[in-house]
Amino acid sequence: MAKRRRELLLEQDGSGRFLPWLIALMVYLACLALSGAITLSEASVRWSAGLSGTMTVQISPSDSEGGGSDAVAIAAVLDVLQALPGVADARVLPRFEIVELIEPWLGRGNVSDDLPVPTLVDVRLEANAVINTIGLAIRLEQVAPGTRLDDHDVWIQRLARLSATISGIAAAVVLLIGLATAATVVFATRAGLAVHIVVIETLHIIGARDSYIARQFQFRSLSLALRGGLLGLILAALTLVLVAGLAGQLEGNLLPRIAITPTLWGGLAALPLGVSLIATLTARMTVLRALRKMP
Amino acid sequence: MVRFQNVGLRYGLGPEVLRDISFHLAPGSYHFLTGPSGAGKSSLLKLMYLGLRPSRGNISMFNQEIATIDPVELPGLRRRIGVVFQNFRLLDHLSTLDNVGLPLRISGAKEGTVRDHVAELLNWVGLGNHLDARPPTLSDGEKQRVAIARAVIARPSLLLADEPTGSVDLDQGLRILHLFEQLNKIGTTVVIATHDQGLIERFRHPVLTLEQGRLDVKANGSDMTDLAPTGGAS
Repeated sequence: MAKRRRELLLEQDGSGRFLPWLIALMVYLACLALSGAITLSEASVRWSAGLSGTMTVQISPSDSEGGGSDAVAIAAVLDVLQALPGVADARVLPRFEIVELIEPWLGRGNVSDDLPVPTLVDVRLEANAVINTIGLAIRLEQVAPGTRLDDHDVWIQRLARLSATISGIAAAVVLLIGLATAATVVFATRAGLAVHIVVIETLHIIGARDSYIARQFQFRSLSLALRGGLLGLILAALTLVLVAGLAGQLEGNLLPRIAITPTLWGGLAALPLGVSLIATLTARMTVLRALRKMP
Repeated sequence: MVRFQNVGLRYGLGPEVLRDISFHLAPGSYHFLTGPSGAGKSSLLKLMYLGLRPSRGNISMFNQEIATIDPVELPGLRRRIGVVFQNFRLLDHLSTLDNVGLPLRISGAKEGTVRDHVAELLNWVGLGNHLDARPPTLSDGEKQRVAIARAVIARPSLLLADEPTGSVDLDQGLRILHLFEQLNKIGTTVVIATHDQGLIERFRHPVLTLEQGRLDVKANGSDMTDLAPTGGAS
């Protein structure tokens, strides 16, 4: 017995040739947008977590030889900090840690020993500590002129705003890609309806329900979208691995680390599925709408 | 079974191709529909198989008003109507078996049932050895029989055939009409559109004649307009 074939020969439609490639491109772009947003969001969370509950005091190096006045200023600053309620610990960073912070900008090994660097004091606060940072900054300036207090709040707020903006842009990109997918599927489905109108009319007259005809279009769209979506996902994954590898070769932490985490993979894997769902539903609705106009 | 009341049909903004059509087909009746080319036979059949909506008037099928019926119920009504199209409307990429089995599959019949029923029917119409053949490999006469088999496979209550003998020789035409007679004897209402007066005279059934968009109902030359509704067309 010959294998049963579907009534609508959709496999030979032109849409079968271009739709998977268009969907692959859209999923690829959506994957990149989403992975950028997720990477930045995770980096933002990491940075915020690392900086919350801390402050940094920067003591400028003195111009005098021997650093005697530096020691006096550092001691005065430490006295103020350790006497302040809510401060759990105040630690002067050793020079090698400061050099590690500078090296990403100057290059490894380019920080000479005689380069004057400021003294940094890492201040850890007790949980729920409330510090009057303005008053503290004034007090530190009095005991050690030129000293700066950085409580990171402004920086964290800006980082959060940047992260939220980029996440919003990524969401808008994904939304636009979803709309573009739907529009593409509408045009492809309408073309298919026009090509197969005689068979569709025959099925309609024989008594096929609209959903019976729509099912053939929606399965076709699902198949093409899954194929294109998978291709786009694979290309995006290869791109991310390549970028992660190149970023890993950079010294220091100038760029957020592209960690291919379960969250990222989950988000990326959901894209082709989401696009396939959009394609399926769009094809179904397009066909049902067209068939409703038939007698 | 089928009732038309003052039905008119026009395509777009064109003139009416059917005007004031009124008739009633009783269950189990058998009619020829005839008239010159362009008289509107195919249009009338299209209205009867719900392939068109009338521009005016009322159509009732199986005691349901088409104008007010819930669209969800239309496929169910259409399944009660078997149609033999003038140009067959077979699906070229499907086998004979799949073409004939379409109405059953659409109704949700199981594959085994479909195959058994279709094979039996194709044997009956003399195409038992063509189950896997594609329509392009069949002669016009064979295609005609496939189309007829598809129209009757689901045991329709109403069978409509548009020039079913138009592409076959006289012998095959007679065999096809005998087949319709057998279906009619088991209760199927039959309407056959044809302009073959020889066939109409040979099978002495009531005749619906369309001329210039208007319908006249007669039986073998005598006026039938005074016949009771259950006696056929009225």
